[in-house]
Amino acid sequence: MKWLTNLFTSTLGRKLLMALTGLFLITFLAVHLAGNLQLLKDDGGKSFNIYAEFMSTNALIQTVSKVNFALILIHVIWAILLSRKNRAARGSSYAVNNKSSHWTSRNMGILGTIVLVFITIHLKDFWAQMHYGSVPTVNYDGTEVRDLASIVAIWFDKAWYVALYVFCMFAIAFHLWHGFSSAFQTLGLNHVKYNPVINFVGRAFAIIVPALFALIPIMMFLN
Amino acid sequence: MKITLKVWRQKDKNSKGAFKTYPIDDVSQDMSFLEMIDVLNESLVKKGEEPIAFDHDCREGICGMCSLYINGRPHGPLQTTTCQLHMRSFKDGETITVEPWRAKPFPIVKDLVVDRSSFDRIQQAGGYVSVNTGGVPDANEIPIPKRIADEAFDSATCIGCGACVAACKNASAMLFVSAKVSQFAMLPQGQVERKTRVEKMVAQMDEEGFGACTNTKACEAECPKEIKITNIARMNREYFAAMMSSTNV
Repeated sequence: MKWLTNLFTSTLGRKLLMALTGLFLITFLAVHLAGNLQLLKDDGGKSFNIYAEFMSTNALIQTVSKVNFALILIHVIWAILLSRKNRAARGSSYAVNNKSSHWTSRNMGILGTIVLVFITIHLKDFWAQMHYGSVPTVNYDGTEVRDLASIVAIWFDKAWYVALYVFCMFAIAFHLWHGFSSAFQTLGLNHVKYNPVINFVGRAFAIIVPALFALIPIMMFLN
Repeated sequence: MKITLKVWRQKDKNSKGAFKTYPIDDVSQDMSFLEMIDVLNESLVKKGEEPIAFDHDCREGICGMCSLYINGRPHGPLQTTTCQLHMRSFKDGETITVEPWRAKPFPIVKDLVVDRSSFDRIQQAGGYVSVNTGGVPDANEIPIPKRIADEAFDSATCIGCGACVAACKNASAMLFVSAKVSQFAMLPQGQVERKTRVEKMVAQMDEEGFGACTNTKACEAECPKEIKITNIARMNREYFAAMMSSTNV
């Protein structure tokens, strides 16, 4: 079994874990966005509440949710392990350094930290509220459903909260700008035929998904 | 032309280094960067001062000995080796900062000289092929597509200068190691040790304390031999496949 520990403690193995967890979290973002977009429906939050109730009670979704938390933790812990190793490898810094690389690729740690802080606030305000807090209920055709949309509306009525949300979406966008295509390179998928597709989809995803996420609080604030 | 040279001076491995400034008045634009340091060193020797120690050998861009981090870039403003860099690439009156490669696995020996034997140890761990004994095989007995031969040759042009490590924010050696892994993995001669090679070379790379690749592509932008990061992707593939399928438990 030594080979397995060797694999996951090697720099390449650690990067593999970063790439795989990163790609899973990318798919999670897409699913999460699909749910959130229902807040923009003009139905008093009905669609969103039914969706939220389903997501927080369905056994399969709850299992995937636990896996998701575990993968976020792995992504963070391995990022810290790699950053420490990388910093140690540099040793002393240069007096003059013209960095020949993109800003996002050099600052994934800072961007990731902003995203982590955002996730923590986000979980406290919505996820923890839904699972452990008190949420008013609403009745749809005889079914009692928790009214998470009303909690969201309270938060998205505060300008500073909307501004913070939008700022964090920029951090996610920049994180994805590098992370999406970088994950494929780490997995060894670098091919003249597929690189343009990966880069295009990655950049489109990095712009469109955070933009749509940010659109929801902005629209709710303006309404 | 006149220039001011700000050079990292460090007595030995254990001493604390610092920058020292040298104004030089009679620099020819046709001098190579190393020739300019030669001239400065001659004047230092005449004055009874210690000359600046720096690595160099072939001075024709093929040996990989010259290093120098010039004005914030490995090998200076051009994507070439320091020996092929000429003073015409600088402006009259310019202040040029010269530092050694900075990486834990490349400890400074003196002034601008770093110890790059960590690269040798990575090569020794697996960067070789088995040699057949017996009669000489017929030429072209094993057909190799031109594209593969070219790609392997491109990887093999890596001279192991360490600019990739110097440029990388993580001091990662992945461009170097991946070029060495690739040149053998693509050709029939390299198949015997294919899996063991990548496993051992990556293990040695980690052992030496190089950082991980963050795919910033700074190495590719600075490599004087234009080694591409497709080599790194190939090494990743080779490594993961080897770890999953080799019999090295």
